[in-house]
Amino acid sequence: MLTKRSLLASGFGLALTSSVLAQATLTAPLPAQTVAPAAQTRFITVSSTTSTTDSGLFNHLLPGFKAKSGIEVRVVSQGTGQALDTGRRGDADVVFVHARSQEVKFVEDGFGVERKPVMYNDFVLIGPKYDPAGVKGSKDIAAALKAIQAKGSPFVSRGDNSGTHSAELNLWRTAGVDIAQARGPWYREIGQSMGAALNTSGAMNAYVLSDRATWLNFRNRGDLEIVVEGDRRLFNQYGVILVNPARHAHVKKADGQAFIDWLVGPEGQKSIAEYKINGEQLFFPNAAQPGV
Amino acid sequence: MDVSSAFAAAFGLIIGLDPQFLQIVGLSLRVTLTAVLLAALIGVPLGAWLALARFPGRPAVIVLVNALMGLPPVVAGLIVFLLLSRSGPLGGMGWLFTPTAMVIAQTLLVLPIVIALTRGTLEEFWGEYREHLTSLGMTGVRAIPTLIFDGRFALATGLLAGFGRASAEVGAVLIVGGNIAGYTRTMTTSIALETSKGDLPLALGLGLVLIILTLTINAAAYGASRIGSRFAG
Repeated sequence: MLTKRSLLASGFGLALTSSVLAQATLTAPLPAQTVAPAAQTRFITVSSTTSTTDSGLFNHLLPGFKAKSGIEVRVVSQGTGQALDTGRRGDADVVFVHARSQEVKFVEDGFGVERKPVMYNDFVLIGPKYDPAGVKGSKDIAAALKAIQAKGSPFVSRGDNSGTHSAELNLWRTAGVDIAQARGPWYREIGQSMGAALNTSGAMNAYVLSDRATWLNFRNRGDLEIVVEGDRRLFNQYGVILVNPARHAHVKKADGQAFIDWLVGPEGQKSIAEYKINGEQLFFPNAAQPGV
Repeated sequence: MDVSSAFAAAFGLIIGLDPQFLQIVGLSLRVTLTAVLLAALIGVPLGAWLALARFPGRPAVIVLVNALMGLPPVVAGLIVFLLLSRSGPLGGMGWLFTPTAMVIAQTLLVLPIVIALTRGTLEEFWGEYREHLTSLGMTGVRAIPTLIFDGRFALATGLLAGFGRASAEVGAVLIVGGNIAGYTRTMTTSIALETSKGDLPLALGLGLVLIILTLTINAAAYGASRIGSRFAG
């Protein structure tokens, strides 16, 4: 832990180091440098999405799991596409993402053992309060997107192959808009996280598709608000997969499976349901529901 | 957002001594100082050698090292990422998403600065003291320790430049560290995360703390070198 003294010492340390180094360099062998010898800790690495981290869900869930199991969960948050890639390379033990077709393919290709549904929330269409495309209050996401495209109102796309980006592309297809053809200066791909996309939309008065959890936890709302919600097509399912130990021998099979079992078991599901911001529930557990 | 709330956030962080915050500051300093130390251990001798050695292609090497001072952190991060990934050549070490990976990436960023500045400084010194040193029987490699010792205060500036580059960058540590809460989250990756969450006052507050830390370290280094040079006469 950092104390004032050690802070000061490290400051001076640099200056002293540089003057002492001159002599030390030529005489001393290179020390075996390692930082944070926390290697004894029992841990797993989970690659997950920006929405689960930006929404604060993991901060809420993980202490409970650690208390129960003694396993520390190290979460690397990326877009769903990138998170699955991290699993494919074997750099994570578990992936926890939200793009069903990509997840199914991940398992079919032999990178994952089994996909289990965990929870859902929904996407919402966010837009400026003055609503230039006139879509506010609609429950029809397809019609709303069509109107945005027809009016050429600014729209921010994640453009990062994330779960939300996949969902957005699917919704354009549902709306009958060929985005590859229709794209113009109004359609702005930023290639960044959900939070960054919301910041950008706020600054440009643009529409953006967001998962509800990130939106609820987002502070810099400015003139943005929810303009379309409640369409069944805005359903957003999360799934969890153990990376296949047959493909990557170092995967921590038992500890990773313990995390998955906890997540889809009664305790994890209860903990997910209990996570609220301003009294509003962010994620809805549905591990027991078939076919999601 | 008004700036006063950023100052309030910065003040709150410093006064509050929140353990999570201290852990982040501690990790940032540990990673960056280790990287600077490693870069010094490798870079100062290499730079000194480059200052004195004469070989074909030396100008090309000097230009290359100078150019690498501008290596984009995100590229350094990507290179280290590909090396350390489980599917990469050093995957067996299990270093990806650890502080060790962050030290390696930052060392890669600082090293060219240390080599280039050491080379520049010592070449000048060598030009000045060459005859003197040669008359004392110190030629070539044997002159290096003396040159480094005499140039130590000038070399410290190079190390501070390296420290500045490493402590300020976010691209490399984000890629190879993964910004894992409580494990590989540094000042700069926290700033990126809080910006992403839309908590701009906290992000800017963290930025202010980072600037204060950098100022403190530079002031301490400057003070130490003043005192040192007085005693060195």
